[in-house]
Amino acid sequence: MFKYFEPNKIFSITSRAPRYVLLLFIITLSIGLTEALIFSPEDYKQSHSVRIMYVHVPAAWISLGVFSSITFLSVVGYIFKIRNFFLISKSLAPSGLVFNIIALVTGSIWGKPTWGTWWAWDARITSMLILVLFYIIYLIAWRIYENNDRVFKITSIITILGIINIPIIKYSVDWWNTLHQPASINLLSKSTIHISMLFPLSIMTAAFALFSLLIFLMKYNTELIKIKNKGLDRL
Amino acid sequence: MIYETLLMNGYGLYVWSAFAFTLLSFVTLYVIIKIQYIKEKNKFIVKFGTLNVERAAFAKSHSVNKEILSNISKI
Repeated sequence: MFKYFEPNKIFSITSRAPRYVLLLFIITLSIGLTEALIFSPEDYKQSHSVRIMYVHVPAAWISLGVFSSITFLSVVGYIFKIRNFFLISKSLAPSGLVFNIIALVTGSIWGKPTWGTWWAWDARITSMLILVLFYIIYLIAWRIYENNDRVFKITSIITILGIINIPIIKYSVDWWNTLHQPASINLLSKSTIHISMLFPLSIMTAAFALFSLLIFLMKYNTELIKIKNKGLDRL
Repeated sequence: MIYETLLMNGYGLYVWSAFAFTLLSFVTLYVIIKIQYIKEKNKFIVKFGTLNVERAAFAKSHSVNKEILSNISKI
């Protein structure tokens, strides 16, 4: 099954896909922004500041999802010795880091009118900050050990240590008393968010996921060309 | 209507700055990744140009190399 993930087999797809993904992203983002900034209602408590949720929440979700994917791919790649999984992980990391930073900064901006402060060292915010550090350490490890086989082991260890933080982020609002509100959307039980807000939130999440896919494809193609460049040197 | 959308009951500065930061981050990341992509591709084209006929033909027989050369100006 893993032979289908070989770069030589999928490059014809990954090299053509970005232009279509970019087009789809622009269309989805335009609809999402219109819904989020104009058509969605204001909150009875938070008024218009609730609109920050449409960038803050999708960014946080995607940064968590990307880090979980990186960990899964790194561990499976290390166990089954699939180098391409490491290439995919490495290509996913930049968008994950940027989404993590967006979640922190927009959360801080949202915090000022809601809590009266830009920053608080509460469990959710601090654990998200720790995730940024793991992303940075992961990317630095790739830069330092790029041409060394040890990079696979080191990056796998970093992701395994980092994944411990993911359930802490998810359940921090339930385990500790924090400024952060509990989750409004739950896959297993009924969500407490109204459909008029859930719709723009879903569109914005789709747009952010498409952007993450776009950056991943561009980065993956870049990494593949880098490998081919080394191959030409050996000819 | 436009004035209301911009001000948002006094929350406009917070809302617009959050959206502006997000979009600015998107553009910055896209430009950085695109520059890296173009740099690697140009490096590949230069290296490919220095190969002799025999080696170039061998390199071109690899599907990925052929794909890189056929997608020079697109992404």
